Parts: sequence; structure tokens; C-alpha cells
Amino acid sequence: MSTAVIESGSVAERERARTAHAPIPFRTVVGVELRKAFDTRSGFWLMVAIAAAGVLATGAVLAFASNSDLTYDSFAGAIGVPMTILLPVVAILSVTGEWSQRAGLTTFTLVPHRGRVIRAKLAVTVLIGVSSMALALAVGAVGNIVATGLKGIDTTWDLSFSSILYIVGADLIGMLVGFMLGVVTRNSAGAIVTYFSYWFVIPTLSMVLAANQSWFERAQPWVDFNFDQGRLYDGGFTGQDWAQLAVTGTFWLLLPLAFGLWRVMRAEVK
Amino acid sequence: MIIVDSLTKKYGGFTAVDHVTFRAEPGRVTGFLGPNGAGKSTTMRILVGLTPGSSGTATVLGRRYADLPNPGREIGVLLDASAQHAGRTGREILTLAQRTMRVPASRVDEMLDLVSLSDEESARRVRDYSLGMRQRLGIATALIGDPEVLVLDEPANGLDPAGIRWMRDLLRGFANQGGTVLLSSHLLHEIEVIADDLVVIGNGRIVAAGTKSELLEAAGTFAGAADVAALAAALTGAGHTAEQSLGGIRTDADPAQVGRLALAAGVPLTELRPADGAGLEEMFLELTKDNAREEVAA
Repeated sequence: MSTAVIESGSVAERERARTAHAPIPFRTVVGVELRKAFDTRSGFWLMVAIAAAGVLATGAVLAFASNSDLTYDSFAGAIGVPMTILLPVVAILSVTGEWSQRAGLTTFTLVPHRGRVIRAKLAVTVLIGVSSMALALAVGAVGNIVATGLKGIDTTWDLSFSSILYIVGADLIGMLVGFMLGVVTRNSAGAIVTYFSYWFVIPTLSMVLAANQSWFERAQPWVDFNFDQGRLYDGGFTGQDWAQLAVTGTFWLLLPLAFGLWRVMRAEVK
Repeated sequence: MIIVDSLTKKYGGFTAVDHVTFRAEPGRVTGFLGPNGAGKSTTMRILVGLTPGSSGTATVLGRRYADLPNPGREIGVLLDASAQHAGRTGREILTLAQRTMRVPASRVDEMLDLVSLSDEESARRVRDYSLGMRQRLGIATALIGDPEVLVLDEPANGLDPAGIRWMRDLLRGFANQGGTVLLSSHLLHEIEVIADDLVVIGNGRIVAAGTKSELLEAAGTFAGAADVAALAAALTGAGHTAEQSLGGIRTDADPAQVGRLALAAGVPLTELRPADGAGLEEMFLELTKDNAREEVAA
């Protein structure tokens, strides 16, 4: 403690020295949480996996797609789809690490307002979601120009601004689903297993059910959140589509999230 | 300065912390002693807001912990050195604390120096750290904000003898510069060497509190005699306690009283001294044996 100053002043003086500490600004908490999302070994390998999947998918489009399929949609999708699937895991780990890895003991001691930390994590989740989509669209644009230039065909821009908004919206929902699962389970393994079931198991089951039971086929848009999220990628939502998304989103995303947050605010950090 | 007032924590019907009241003063090292499961950690966790208390209050530097604008600048906390993300490097963990507290980035290297973690060690993931290295990293995290108060839960765990000596000097220096140190341990010898004040807890209740010298005086007198039974009879006859100890008797009478009573009873003493041989350990076992959850001797 060579830097510590000997406190010889009166109590009042010390009181003044103490109040000199400014509150921690929210942007600092967000900055630290953003760093934490990628500074672990798991965060690092997730990034590597996403980059590798993007490169492989772009290569596959170049190698196997017919000339008519060399469009902006194909290239942006090649990079965007791995991100869509893997980035919510970053959101999951950002929340669960505080409990599964017990890092919360330090996090919530340095920022003794859990709501602030969780809000910062939510901001980071949205930030990662939006910027990753921007990156996918930018890299896809370059791939599209280079590939069509190499093959000497016309460059096709087949993504309208509104369909881009739909895609970004759908991806953000995916990020939020990851965030919600992290908050509800507070357990890395449990949240990741549930997340991949949500992505790969539930859609298959509900598809089979809808194919065999006509009542479910009619009810599906009102009960199947994953189904509604998937429809976003096709765009062109009507008022009823939005209503259906709102109903399933409230039930499968907002309510569990509210319940999870309520518990997070009260739980002991061990 | 830490003031804990009537702090209570109930889990259903079980009271883990039962009206705990004490203070840790600036310029002093306060030892928080108790057997495992006595409520030390729970008390500290409530103090820093990780566990909600059922009733009572705890303040640091006159404020509730949650009201401190930048807690790391005022109170350094180390509750469990193993509670770190195993996939981060030691340097990264310090950097996160440095950024959260908004202290200069140079503090990271200063702290690594202070706790003797080399560049190579600080670049390793915490997964590969020994418990002693984790404790050093935890102490570095606690000190990086240059706080006035330190709260450390069992910081000596996993340190080698040189490390324990190092930490003792560090905490002594911190207190001598006007800092407040609250240090929990079940390692009685460690506490005995370093603490100025003691708070002893058993089964959630404070069973003794005071300066170290006060509490050691209260440990009484040891008197040796060939005829232990006669000496015991003389002491109990005069209204003192008399407990058989190795080769003699431990009593709450002071040495002068023991000498007078032995003379009057005609019992030659072979030894007469304050019962500080086993010191705090004896006091600690005595004070907590009724309250200890498990057999302490085990």
C-alpha cells in the first residue's frame, strides 16, 4: 500500500475525501460487460467458431451455388446464419458465467446494484446482435461484389431495406431468447442445452405435429414462438402476424424473462 | 470503519446469523473468529449485499454498502478467491476490476508487483492457478482501488508460510496507515498474531468481543501443583473456577489470588502464570464449544 495516504485528518475531512468518488457511469459497466463477453476461453472459441463457419459458408456458396444463386441474400445469409445461431450463446454465457463460474461474487460486489449489471448485459446483447448483423451485411456485400465480378455476371442486390429490418429483428429475438434462458437458469450447461433444443428440437417436433394434426396447424402461429420468429425471416407481416408474434413473444420470452429477473434480484450470489 | 448492528439472517427456521453486533475500527485489524459454519461468511456476505439480511443493519464508512457510489474505491473485498471465471487470465481479472473502478491502468501492474505475480503467471488462466495464487490475485483485486477498508474471508487459506507472513505484514501496514481491516479465519494462530481486536462467533451469535489483550486476560491463570486436587478445592472453595489442565489447573482467579489461596491452603505451587500458553486457541475452543456445530476437536 505504498500509494495509500495516511488518514490523519478529522472525520469531516475524511468524509469529504470519500464523497469525492463519482458514481460508476452506466457506460463503464457496459464497457466492462462487453469486454467480459469475449475475454474468456469460451468467448474466444465462440468467436473463432463463428468466423470459421462464416468463411466455410461463404466458400460453399462460391463453390456450389449456381450463377443465379450468387446474390446478396446468399452471401449475407452465409455469414449471418452461423452468427444467428451461435451469438445467443455469448448472451447466455454473459449471464450464467456470474453464477456457474461464480464471477458474480466480484461483479456484484464492485457494482452492488444487480439491476444495473443485468441492464448492461442486456445492452451488450443488443449491441452484439446489431453490430454482428451489420458486419454480416457488409462482408456479404463484399463477397457478392467480388464473386459476381470474378464470374463476370451481374451483381444482384436482392435484400430490401425492410427485409433487412425483419432479419435484424428476428436475430435480436434470438439473442434475447439466449439472454432470457441465461437469466432463468443461471446455469451455463442448462441454458445452452435448452437453447439448442429451442433451435433444433422444438421446430422439428412442432412441424411433425402440425403436419399430422390440423388443429395444431391452425393454432401454431398463436402458440409457437419459434415458428413466428422463423416467419420474420420471410418478412411481409400483416397486423395479425404481429399480433401472433406479440402473443407468443409475451408468453415464451417476456414472462419467463420477468420471472427470471425477479429471482436474480433476490437470489444469493454464492 | 465497519458497524454491524443486530444483523440477523434466517433461512426458514434456521438462524444462520443471530443479532450480530460489532465494529471494526480504523487503524486496527479486527479478527472475526469462529468455527466453520458459525456465520462468519454469511455476515460478510450480508455486509457487501450479496446475501439479503433478514433484519439489522451494516454500514461501511457510515453508509450502507449499496449506497457507496464506487464501492471498490472505499472497501476492498475478498470473500472467496476461487470464485473467478476459470477461463480468464489473472491480468484480465485485475483489468476488469481496474476498469470498473475507473482507476489508472498502471494500477494493474502495481498490484501484480505487490502480490508477487510474475508477468508469466498473470498471463495464465485462473483455471491453472494454485489456491495460493488465487488468494494473491484476490488480494490484488481488493487493493486495486486503494480503499480505506478491507474485508477478507479466510485470506490465509492456501498460502505457504512465507505467503502468510507476507500477508500479515501487508495487513499490518494497511492498518497502520489508518485503514480498517476485517479478517475472518478459523486459523487461530494467524489471527492471534495479527489482530488487534477480536470478534468471536459461534452458531450465529457473538460469544466474545474486545481487544486481544482483554480477551486473553479473560482466559485466566494457569497454576501447576503436585497436589492438583487440593489446589482445585482451595480455588472452588473461594468461589473461583478450577479446571483440570495438563499438569495443573486453569482458573479465572488472577495469579495473585491463586498464590494467596495456595499459601493459605498449604499447597506448594510448581508453576503460576497467565493462561496464555495455548492462548487464544484455548479461549476460542472454550467459548465456542457449547455453540460449535461440529465437534471442534475433530
